[in-house]
Amino acid sequence: MELANIEQLVEKYLDATTTLQEEATLKNYFTGGNVAIHLQEYAYLFNYFATAKEEQFKKTINLAPKKKRNLTWFSAAASIALLVSIFFGKQQYDKHEQRKEAQRIYVQVSKGLALLSSNLKKGEQAVAVLYTYENTINKILK
Amino acid sequence: MKQSDFLKVVLPFKDKVFRLAKRLLVSNEEAEDATQELLFKLWKSKEKIASYKNVEAFAMTMTKNYCYDRLKSKQASNLTLVHSNYKENETSLDKKLEYQDSVNQVHVLIEKLPEQQKIIIQLRDIEEYDFEEICKMVDMKPTAVRVALSRARKKIREQLTKNHNYGVS
Repeated sequence: MELANIEQLVEKYLDATTTLQEEATLKNYFTGGNVAIHLQEYAYLFNYFATAKEEQFKKTINLAPKKKRNLTWFSAAASIALLVSIFFGKQQYDKHEQRKEAQRIYVQVSKGLALLSSNLKKGEQAVAVLYTYENTINKILK
Repeated sequence: MKQSDFLKVVLPFKDKVFRLAKRLLVSNEEAEDATQELLFKLWKSKEKIASYKNVEAFAMTMTKNYCYDRLKSKQASNLTLVHSNYKENETSLDKKLEYQDSVNQVHVLIEKLPEQQKIIIQLRDIEEYDFEEICKMVDMKPTAVRVALSRARKKIREQLTKNHNYGVS
């Protein structure tokens, strides 16, 4: 290809009026080495285009739908678990409280009973004294 | 449409989708994710695809839109894209390395272009689509596409010449 011709094509190329075929001609000329010095920058340009076209998508194509974790189900399950645990927790807590209350009452009642019984004992002793007293009086009176 | 049929349709242009995504999203991982996502989207609408004449153009349009959305949400979350494999120093005397650097520079120059010009350069100069297809993909009039393309090419050339001369002198 004559240099004058290439120069003409380059001008057309810059104006974006070249056809694909003409651009292929330019590409051939500039990637073939042996480029006129005053057109050197086009060699960079067309060599870049050529190398850029070689880049490939190397990953394997994955057409299976992505496994998106369904968050709605997760949240529903979590809220149910929360409700259940609160329910049973409350029950357990109530039981615990009841037991504590019962223990407190038991302690109080047994304290009261102990008091009562000790007082009763005192009364009994007093009555016993009275009995012995009465017996002795009876013996003396007989 | 069976999976094997679908792959037969998709495989010829999956690299193009990936390259366009990478052009726009810059990062390799982002582009891979985007490609995966897009192919999956296509698979899900496989019934519709069967009736399309040009699945490839449809896929490219989808890619463009998807990447725009990604970029928008990125801007919203204040993430910036950083390009990492570009070397600033050009002091090397090795001719070949210098040449390689100049080629790599094109990548950076394209990256600095407005999004629309990036897409058009990608579609025309790298993927070599004809104008009619590009117009459909980017939803623009032919003249507008030509103007954008011409601007992008001139801009890149201008910058390349500037950098090159600077390197020489």
